[in-house]
Amino acid sequence: MQDLINIFVRSIFIDNMIFAYFLGMCSYLAVSKTVKTSNGLGIAVIFVLIITVPVNFLINKYLLSPGALSFISPSLANVDLGFLSFIIFIAVIAAIVQLVEMIIEKFLPSLYNSLGIFLPLIAVNCAIMGASLFMQERELQTFGESFFFAFGSGIGWWLAIISIAAIREKLSYSNIPKPLRGAGIAFIITGLMAIAFMSFLGITI
Amino acid sequence: MDDNKPIKESLFSKKNLKPLIDPFSTNNPVIVQILGICSALAVTAKLKPALVMAISVIFVISFSSLIYSLIRKTVPPTIRIIVQLVIISVLVILVDQILKAFVYDVSKQLSVFVGLIITNCTIMGRLEAFASNNNPWNSFLDGLGNGAGYGLILIIVAFVRELFGSGTLLGYHIIPQALYNAGYVDNGMMILPPMALILIGVIIWVHRSFNKELIDKN
Repeated sequence: MQDLINIFVRSIFIDNMIFAYFLGMCSYLAVSKTVKTSNGLGIAVIFVLIITVPVNFLINKYLLSPGALSFISPSLANVDLGFLSFIIFIAVIAAIVQLVEMIIEKFLPSLYNSLGIFLPLIAVNCAIMGASLFMQERELQTFGESFFFAFGSGIGWWLAIISIAAIREKLSYSNIPKPLRGAGIAFIITGLMAIAFMSFLGITI
Repeated sequence: MDDNKPIKESLFSKKNLKPLIDPFSTNNPVIVQILGICSALAVTAKLKPALVMAISVIFVISFSSLIYSLIRKTVPPTIRIIVQLVIISVLVILVDQILKAFVYDVSKQLSVFVGLIITNCTIMGRLEAFASNNNPWNSFLDGLGNGAGYGLILIIVAFVRELFGSGTLLGYHIIPQALYNAGYVDNGMMILPPMALILIGVIIWVHRSFNKELIDKN
């Protein structure tokens, strides 16, 4: 249990998707103009992450990792399909995003209205693919670990985007040098926020 | 551009070279279009991985533009995203296998960021915006130009970070020992992730000061 909480806290604060790995920066910079839309996108990212990463975990564990196919027949124990992981992960992500979009549209129309426009964007959000690749790279062992890693990463991303959106809303009242307006100042503020987040380094529970 | 009319102009005419030249400055994918930042900045702490990353992206973006442009008329619009993703992933798998075979140490440093070339927004953006309605040669040049413009920013950032962060370039010591003896210290801050963001911010600032038409209106 303690391990799971540790993974969860670590992925929110220390290995934050935005501040430590710059994942999902494109939509982070493009959408973070108001808190309301940022919140919608953040929740959509959490939602898609906690579905895709565990699914990719199962695929990686039972189909792709070296020797994983031995449960079919012992003669397949030497097969390593690892080289297929990129294409399979992205296909799974694209398919799940499509599926989630259809399910939400059918059963939760109010949620669909608030998340709808963001869902297709998410298929190519680097944070989603990045989380699956990190899951594979760090060799997470259990289903629970992959779930809490995905949940924590999603929360971390949501936290980052709503904080920058809140700052950018206030920024519209300040007098910034003209060439720095828009993207330039957003980069510098993200950098300063990343420095602040570095103070969480070394936290363990 | 109308591709039904036979190509009369030479392959390197001024009009054809426009998509190749523009992305270097006035239409740079990173600092003007703000695309493809995701998979790149984490690899710029040292110059060597940044160079490898730049070359990989140039390869993937130019050939995916070429391939997608060749089949653009046969792809139904409803499934174009997945077709684009498949083309890009196949090329990225190729790059990953080549890197693992020939430069294993760099491939280890790049870790997940090779895979993240797939979700690099620059590539999807160019396929969607340019290759899907231009002929293969122009698309290839456009891919080449955008890849190079992207690589240029990576290399500038990596150059500054490695030079001031560890005093080396490509692993060779550049800052003379005499300077260290006189009290110069490497700026460890440059190695940390936040400085990549701040450097990009500064590059945008400088670039827009020289290109006033790119300044945000509000």
